[in-house]
Amino acid sequence: MSSHLESNVLPKSRQREAPGQNMKWIGKSMKRVEDRRFLLGKGKYIDDLSVPQMAHAATVRSPHAHARIVSIDVSKAAALPGVIGVYTGADVATVADACPSFASPPVTQRAIAIDKVRHVGEVVAAVVAEDRYIAEDAADLVEVVYEVLPANVDIEASLRSTGDAIIHPADRESNKALDESFSFGTVAEDFAKADHIVKRRLRWGRASAQAIETCGCISEVDAIGGGYKIHCNSNFYNFIPFVIAGPLRVSPTQLRMIPVMTGGSFGSKVFIHKIIIMTSALAKLCGQPVKYIEDRLEHFTNSDSHGSDRLYDAELALTREGKMLSMRFTVLDDYGAFLQFGVGTHGNAMAQVTGPYKINSFAMRVIAVLTNKCQQGPYRGFGSEVTNWVMERMADAAADELHIDRLAIRVMNMIQPNEFPYMIPTGNIYDSGNYQKVLHDAQKLIGYEEWKAKAAQMRAQGRCVGVGIATCQERSVYGPTEWWFLNNRATPGFTLTSTPEGISLRIDPTGKIFATLNSIFVGNSPETIVTQILAEQFTVQPSDIVIDYADTHSGFNGVGPQGSRFTAMIAGACVSAGVKIKTKLKLLAGHLLEADPADLELRDGAVGVKGTDKQMNIADIAIQANFFRLNFPDTPEFDSGLETTAVYDHPISTLPHPERKHLGVFYPMVGHICHIAVVEVDTQTGKVQILDYAAVHDNGTIVNPKTLGGQVLGGTANGIGSTLMEEFIYDDSGQFTNANFAEFSLPSVHEMPANMKIGHVETPSPYTEYGVKGGGEGGRLGAPSALTAAIEDALQDHGVKIHTLPIRPSTLHALIHSARA
Amino acid sequence: MDASSETLPIAVVVNGRKRTAVVPPRQLLSDCLRHTFGLPGTHVGCEHGVCGACTVIVDGRAARSCLMFAVQADGSQVTTIEGLSKGDVFHPLQEAFWEEHGLQCGFCTPGMLMAAYELLKKNANPSDDEIREAISGNLCRCTGYTYIINAIRSAGAKMRAAASSAKASPQPTKATA
Repeated sequence: MSSHLESNVLPKSRQREAPGQNMKWIGKSMKRVEDRRFLLGKGKYIDDLSVPQMAHAATVRSPHAHARIVSIDVSKAAALPGVIGVYTGADVATVADACPSFASPPVTQRAIAIDKVRHVGEVVAAVVAEDRYIAEDAADLVEVVYEVLPANVDIEASLRSTGDAIIHPADRESNKALDESFSFGTVAEDFAKADHIVKRRLRWGRASAQAIETCGCISEVDAIGGGYKIHCNSNFYNFIPFVIAGPLRVSPTQLRMIPVMTGGSFGSKVFIHKIIIMTSALAKLCGQPVKYIEDRLEHFTNSDSHGSDRLYDAELALTREGKMLSMRFTVLDDYGAFLQFGVGTHGNAMAQVTGPYKINSFAMRVIAVLTNKCQQGPYRGFGSEVTNWVMERMADAAADELHIDRLAIRVMNMIQPNEFPYMIPTGNIYDSGNYQKVLHDAQKLIGYEEWKAKAAQMRAQGRCVGVGIATCQERSVYGPTEWWFLNNRATPGFTLTSTPEGISLRIDPTGKIFATLNSIFVGNSPETIVTQILAEQFTVQPSDIVIDYADTHSGFNGVGPQGSRFTAMIAGACVSAGVKIKTKLKLLAGHLLEADPADLELRDGAVGVKGTDKQMNIADIAIQANFFRLNFPDTPEFDSGLETTAVYDHPISTLPHPERKHLGVFYPMVGHICHIAVVEVDTQTGKVQILDYAAVHDNGTIVNPKTLGGQVLGGTANGIGSTLMEEFIYDDSGQFTNANFAEFSLPSVHEMPANMKIGHVETPSPYTEYGVKGGGEGGRLGAPSALTAAIEDALQDHGVKIHTLPIRPSTLHALIHSARA
Repeated sequence: MDASSETLPIAVVVNGRKRTAVVPPRQLLSDCLRHTFGLPGTHVGCEHGVCGACTVIVDGRAARSCLMFAVQADGSQVTTIEGLSKGDVFHPLQEAFWEEHGLQCGFCTPGMLMAAYELLKKNANPSDDEIREAISGNLCRCTGYTYIINAIRSAGAKMRAAASSAKASPQPTKATA
């Protein structure tokens, strides 16, 4: 281990439930508990809800990328019959302050702009009316006079902007929001001793998750508590009150957030703070509950959830044999007009920046650039999808330059199965893995050698067919230090270190187990996962378990589905709660069966004396526990009920080094994925067809193979879109030119490989309960690298090299023809 | 007269039940179903006719309810996701989507189910390519479509099996075509 990592001491594992037990429910492809309501059309998503006296909001959006607001005339809009009120940023400012920001120092953002607009689609006024149709009519009648300012669109040019082009002149003298450099280990020495240095300039373009449901909120003033009662499809609902209470000028306890079933997030609905602040302010100003649901255009242009938009200058140092020694890069990231999460997306990437390879040291300079675009937010991968692609591009480039096979260079540098937990130069660990087996399985699944030979034959016949391979990491179960450890150390911001997940459990008098979660459904399978784990814990049937969701007043700690954390974290909470309830069950059963609780065990829905057939059903104990207090001794441990709450903290995390020599352990459940793609390129059109595709993922112990399979397939579809199709196009004046589903195309069924093959390897984590790891992002973390490599391989006779994603048909067509010229 | 205040009466048979309403001529069928008739199972994803989440069956044909005005459905028969099941009993498509994990967030599911419903009405034994073609106008961001194709294929097989066993069993009276 490098000396800079010596202070990063790993705590002991807190795992209680070992992997590899003979399990009845964990590991089964149980049908989802969630689905019935959705299949019947009774999902109760945000726009399906209404509250009494509810009014509807529509917004007036900036048509300019960067402009001063000279005047706003709302008189015609306000006069329209059915309009309840028309409100500007100045009006909102009478009841609410600027939006919260994790950036430190913050970049100020208002729910409705004041004085200046900073991107197309930013809201300048909102109408509240009796229905949405009238609200939209009135929005068209609001007259805004703008003085247009120079727009910052290009990531490098924006750094050079001065004068009127500065986006936040009150906060910052330039459009550079942050510029920090980090070095982990002996980077200069490792580069000095390298035989070969590979250099590449790599560009990852902007797009966003675009869940089929947009974001929305219903807010009403709470006449009793003085705060707000809020329904919102955010997946971070237990946390949000603590960051938006200040802007709404109430205490967090005065905000009651009620979660709703959410029609897809992929990160895009993690926060939604701006919409909640705006809708709540409108409710306060107009004196009625207000519903605001983004339309698709608003979601494209103003959702605060655009993905990474980066330019890398990367260098990989190697020996002449191909052994990787060190990597370093400078990265510019176009964050758009605001910086809600700071550079957390780069912190995230530090979890696995050196990939599955043994690379001794790593350095980075990260520059956050502000431009006149919608700001960034999370999107499946949260920045790691880009560094995975950079790492794999550098590995391919190194292989090509050193005349080594692309697969061989990977095999040569991979971490071996006996080297886990493996600490990478940034300080994060990879908890467990068997990368060689994942690779082997993927090669077998697709017939790698056969395809290589066949592709060569097809190329000899004039077709452009190629094979690409990616061996990537999938970090899961995030710790929160990634939000702040890259910040300037003089202004680190809110240096939180907790990401707990809680559950409350109760066994009712009939013996049913009621579980209340503090994290909502976003398309993942929280109810199914918890049902399977609790059925395992209590040796009961899934039908004995009833799941519900707490709101922020009835619930407690919960961070929700993000960073592929939920399954591992809720498993921990289920085990903690299970321990407590089982202890009480045994205490009560011990009394009723006249046995020592220490001699009791749970079996087939009963508590029984080990080694005998003497037992009592959980339901029979439960009815006693709930209705027959006088059957037990008069001491507090026998008090009525079988109920508890439990909170599970992150399984293993350590603090960053005070001088940032390392970043600590913060994202340690690291899965491994191997994607192999076979593609054919039509050189006439630039269209890429996927002929065959295999994805093998190792996400530790699998709770439900079917739902994990769904995540792998869906993530891969996202990755295919990110590679071949999805790109937000802003023109030179900052107009967002394809903000609709017709011109921004995401994969339809025709873009998915018809013969998609998936496989799983199970290398349990030594730190989590049962050894589970997260698996919600891997598809998008692997597909771009495999597809890019396959396209290059297919076009090897044309000399095409790919340094930019996405590689849409028109882009690829131009590349093919410029390579020919 | 202000266009927004003009209204027209409509009568639509929705899921077998006659519904009447007085609606503004510009009201979308999707909004009428969701908010006027209280059937929020039909979802609105893009409101510009691309995503397909709002697909319903109008007089036997799949239609995007966000591209139709409610008044255009006057006199029509409309089937929505709420009309697929018989009470609590799933339609074979719903059953198959459940068994094959054909949904994750569930938001595109109503449109997928209705597109598949139309397909299987017209073609009891579709090939995978025909299934792909039938749902190619329905976007799903969660599943990558593979399990949806499996679900539609499986539902088709179940419906064919049910139809052939119904034919095989003796009927007291048989209507002739």
